Formats: sequence, structure tokens, C-alpha cells
Amino acid sequence: MVQWTDFERATIQSVFEKMDYDDVGPAALSRCLVVYPWTQRYFGNFGNLYNAAAIQGNPMVAAHGKTVLHGLDRAVKNMDDIKATYAELSVLHSEKLRVDPDNFRLLADCLTIVVAARMGAAFTADVQGAFQKFLAVVVSSLGKQYH
Amino acid sequence: MSLSAKEKVIVKDFFAKVSSRSDEIGAEALARLIVVYPQTKSYFAHWKDLSPNGAPVRKHGITVMGGVYEAVSKIDDLAGGLLNLSELHAFVLRVDPVNFKILSHCIMVVLSMLFAEEFTPQIHVAVDKFLALVALALSEKYR
Repeated sequence: MVQWTDFERATIQSVFEKMDYDDVGPAALSRCLVVYPWTQRYFGNFGNLYNAAAIQGNPMVAAHGKTVLHGLDRAVKNMDDIKATYAELSVLHSEKLRVDPDNFRLLADCLTIVVAARMGAAFTADVQGAFQKFLAVVVSSLGKQYH
Repeated sequence: MSLSAKEKVIVKDFFAKVSSRSDEIGAEALARLIVVYPQTKSYFAHWKDLSPNGAPVRKHGITVMGGVYEAVSKIDDLAGGLLNLSELHAFVLRVDPVNFKILSHCIMVVLSMLFAEEFTPQIHVAVDKFLALVALALSEKYR
């Protein structure tokens, strides 16, 4: 089981409480599709992804970004057993969606960059450490059921 | 993977725009490196003060950022232009190249924090590619 310090627990709750999901979700997913264009392979039916402007204006990308970000809520509420919390989602991503688990890491990096932009100076090194540790546990849990 | 002519312009323009805060960027990036990835402290065991806001870390962050700017000036031939730095990292410092990726990420987090409006996805991808190519050039002489 992952050990969390009081600072880390408080930080994760605070960061997600203050987060504007409707802004951060779409921003993180669209950034991922622009910065790592091969991730577009999973969104063949999303319509126009031809360039950065199209991706950032695409309503299906925006909607899906919100869905994915809200998916993190479960982990935020169950920090002491993220692995069990995501077992089902891991199976879904492996068997139905067939997403290479490395993509979780790429999206996590983009989410970090977006949160850094929104929080500015409040995204201190310690906050970044807690946030990245949280995302690393999520990423690992989502990859656990792949075989 | 290589930089297009357009991306080289994006990279040069962006780094020129943020150059007045390059010291701050370097210091902050290195501080984050040792806090968020504590294993990187193993390369600085010879410093008495390893606190993220201490003088040695900040000074070294500035040095490293200077290297990044040197790479920007040699963007048309990174492998050739960074030969000396590659030899330094390969034979003297012997930094495991996995750390170049980690430091690149920290630099981009700081750029995003300090220049939220400017660090758009289009600029992010060009800078990400550039830093990856710098890492590759630094690894040239490793083996």
C-alpha cells in the first residue's frame, strides 16, 4: 500500500478542490494529442484532429477530456487503495480500449504541465512532488490489469 | 525525429522571449529536479548544501540553463555544436542519460508556470522535441 504523508494528502485534496475540471480536462487531453501526436490513434472517430487549432477546438476532445479528469476523482477519494479502485478501469483500458499503458504517463505529464500553468507560483516543488506521486500511482494502477 | 525549420524558429523565438528570466528558470528547474526526483541528488553528494533554495543548487541551475541557451544557438547542428558538453557528461560527470529526460520535464513545468499564456501546446511540442534532441546530442559520446 502506498504511504502518503499528511502534506501529500492535503495537497492532493486541495489541488483537485480548486481545479476547474471543465478547463483543465480539455486542456490536458488536447495538449497530449498535440505534443504526442501518436496518441491520436485512439480517437479515429473524433473528427478533425488535423492540426493544433482543430484539436483544441474539437468538442469531442473537450468532452472526453472532462470525462478522463473526472475519472481521477475516484483516486482522490480513495487514496489508500487506488489499485483496487482502478482494477475495473484497468481491465477496460486493456481489453476493450486497447490503450498502450505508456499513454497514461504521457497524459499525466501533460496534466502536470497544465496544472502548473493554472496554479503558477502555488505549484511549488513540494506540491509538484505530491501531484506527480499521486499521478504515478494512478498510472501504475491503470496498467496493473494488463496481461 | 528532427526539428522542422518552423519549429527551430519557434524554439529560438520562445527562448529569446524568456531569456530575461533564464537564471530563474534554471534555478527553479534544478530545485524541482532534486525535490521531485530525489535520486538525482546522488550526482551532487559533494555539495555541503543540497537544499533546493540553497546557493549551490541555484548556481548550478543557472549553469545548466546556460547550456540550454548554448544549444539554442547551435540548433542547426546540435551533435556537432555540443561535442564538448557531451564529452563532459560522458567521461567526467557520467550522468545516466535517463536524467536528461527528467530535467527536460522539470524545465518545461517551470516554463509552464512562469509563462502560462505563452507556453501553448504548439510551443510545448517544439520545446519538448528540442530538449529531447539536446539530450540525444549530450549522449553522443557515451559509448
